[in-house]
Amino acid sequence: MPMTAEGPISTTTPTRLDPLQPQRARPTDDPSAGGDAVKIDVRNVSFWYGASQALWDVSLKIPARKVTALIGPSGCGKSTLLRLLNRMNDLVPGARIGGTIALDGVDIHDRKTEVEILRRRVGMVFQKPNPFPKSIYENVAYGPRIQGIGDRARLDAIVEDSLRRGALWNEVKDRLDQSAIGMSGGQQQRLCIARALATAPEVLLMDEPCSALDPASTAKIEDLIHELRSSVTIAIVTHNMQQAARVSDFTAFMLVGKLLEHGPTEQIFTRPTKKETEDYVTGRFG
Amino acid sequence: MSKLRDSFKKGEPAVLLTAAGLAAALLLLGGMVVLVAVSGLGVFWPKSLVQFETKTGKLLGEVMAETIAEPRPGFPGGPRFNLRVANRDIYAADFMWVNGFNVVGRTEPADAWVVERLEYGNFHGFLSEVRTPEGAMASSEAARTDAFDKAVAASEKDTKKGPEIVFTTADGKAVVIHAGAVVDAWQPNRMGTLARTGHYVAALWNFLTGNPRESNTEGGIWPALFGTCLMVLLMSVAVVPFGVMAAVYLHEYARQGVVVRLVRIAVSNLAGVPSIVFGLFGLGFFVYTIGGSIDRAFFSDSLPTPTFGTGGILWASLTLALLTLPVVIVATEEALAAVPHANREGALALGSTKWEMLRRVVLPNAMPGILTGMILAVARGAGEVAPLMLTGAVKLAPKMPFDADAPFFHLDRKFMHLGFHIYDLGFQSPNVEAAKPMVYATTLLLIIVVVALNVTAIVMRARLRKRLEGHAF
Repeated sequence: MPMTAEGPISTTTPTRLDPLQPQRARPTDDPSAGGDAVKIDVRNVSFWYGASQALWDVSLKIPARKVTALIGPSGCGKSTLLRLLNRMNDLVPGARIGGTIALDGVDIHDRKTEVEILRRRVGMVFQKPNPFPKSIYENVAYGPRIQGIGDRARLDAIVEDSLRRGALWNEVKDRLDQSAIGMSGGQQQRLCIARALATAPEVLLMDEPCSALDPASTAKIEDLIHELRSSVTIAIVTHNMQQAARVSDFTAFMLVGKLLEHGPTEQIFTRPTKKETEDYVTGRFG
Repeated sequence: MSKLRDSFKKGEPAVLLTAAGLAAALLLLGGMVVLVAVSGLGVFWPKSLVQFETKTGKLLGEVMAETIAEPRPGFPGGPRFNLRVANRDIYAADFMWVNGFNVVGRTEPADAWVVERLEYGNFHGFLSEVRTPEGAMASSEAARTDAFDKAVAASEKDTKKGPEIVFTTADGKAVVIHAGAVVDAWQPNRMGTLARTGHYVAALWNFLTGNPRESNTEGGIWPALFGTCLMVLLMSVAVVPFGVMAAVYLHEYARQGVVVRLVRIAVSNLAGVPSIVFGLFGLGFFVYTIGGSIDRAFFSDSLPTPTFGTGGILWASLTLALLTLPVVIVATEEALAAVPHANREGALALGSTKWEMLRRVVLPNAMPGILTGMILAVARGAGEVAPLMLTGAVKLAPKMPFDADAPFFHLDRKFMHLGFHIYDLGFQSPNVEAAKPMVYATTLLLIIVVVALNVTAIVMRARLRKRLEGHAF
């Protein structure tokens, strides 16, 4: 395990801080995902932005407490697929979806599924760090606050725990009341991860989280992903082949809106079954 | 030739042209501000009294301007002096032109007085007799001055009260002034720079805090200053929440389409409607319709005397709020559009509802832009006069809209306004010439008030921005 600049990163085991969260159904076992429990089950999903189709019949099982990497050339639809998992694409006018996406066996587009609850369970980290122009503390406390947690002691505990899990606590514990905008890009991205963790999500979606960061910050985020994998299901979109190889357990390769190949990372990178996958992972195109 | 073409291609003439445009604009604006500032600030400075001995008699006054006149047949030309002679009750005019070729002697007599009176404006002349026991005993000038000061201090402020004081004008006419009619008196030619500065500050203070006299041409402008500030405040309180609500719906909730675009165009065009039209609307809708209904429902005892059914500060503020609403809506919409999309997505991804996102992330982020809208609204509203004339501004308000009588705020009352005050002084007063210094002083004050209100809002906005942008670690 690599060391971060200020010492070993926190290894606190995650605690369910929020008893308000309803008990989840147990993930179903599915042999096709390598014997791991399936957290998110994407079945035959097609997706249109207005008239143009972005996804063609994608099926993918994302196993619980594992890291799944989505790779592929630009415009292949991997970010679109990721954003479907917490319904961020609901915001796009004229968007249309076919097929089903199930979280713990429940369709996320079901009318009984509240999108706000879904997004608390399925957190997201974006390509560019997007901290709110508030203090570090208020950034992390945002999620719990909108869930109605107003008790200061409880908020303090959540903020500290989330920042520890985001490997940021030691750097910012003395300046929690300062603006998040003044932090470095890498710190901002870890803050965004900590902010997402504060709602105690079961799944964390990461959309090229390191693309705007320098190599040192990237290494810290990758360490963090290693730490988090024991407690959170992670789906990460990345352009960086080495990164996918380093951090993920499973890899899905996409090309022009189709999922070409999906399997354990080692297999995708060493014994891909399709020629396009091999060409891509060996850097012959992309 | 090719050099010229090259220069055109590079845009050098364009640079010159645009620079000239900016220079012209700055020159005009600067010229206006300097003119108003110099004329306005000079009003209260105690100028020396100059006594001109001419072939036709003596004149005592402040030299306001000197010009050179061109000679023409029967008129030799030469220097001319514009003399503020005061003594309106004797000369009928406050200002006189004296031709240099008529002047035999020019002195600055040390014992000349300027007396500010409750009536007829200032008096220029010499103190000759104080009709009190002490004054009768006085033999020296200093003793007379002493007696005069005591008599003024002891008298109630009323034109007909207090002992009689006899002054003599430069040309020897005796004028009797009651001590109660004296507001202030000074001997400018005896005053050093320090004493003049002291007098200047005191006069400025009286101007700011005093009540107007003599059809507003004398005294202070406190009611107008207060009325302006209170009206702008009420207007802001009314226009900002409504404008922000409208903009939020238009930008965040309404389905973007033809209708919303039409609404947007209508709102922008509303900003170009002449303000008198808003005044008429305010009169018809707020004053007669709403005010009339309130009177019939709650104040029927005092009818036919209207309470709310006549112009008042509330209706004037609401009319101006309507006038400035487009500015606030447009500025707020721009501010909302400028909030980074990433921040909105970040909030939604954490499980916010749309309203939580708006309230906790988007609106705080847009606050500086919203304040810009308020600044523009204040700038527009504070200087507006035409709609106020129809909806509640008056020449002289007997009572202030805020005083010690319960319920303290009297929003139904008419009020005075600096802009209307300028119009009234400059064009409606019985002696326009005499009111000119006050016009300058009031204009300067109005500009200062507008600038001050703007600066307050700008400082608020800068603080907010600093908080939003954070500081580097």
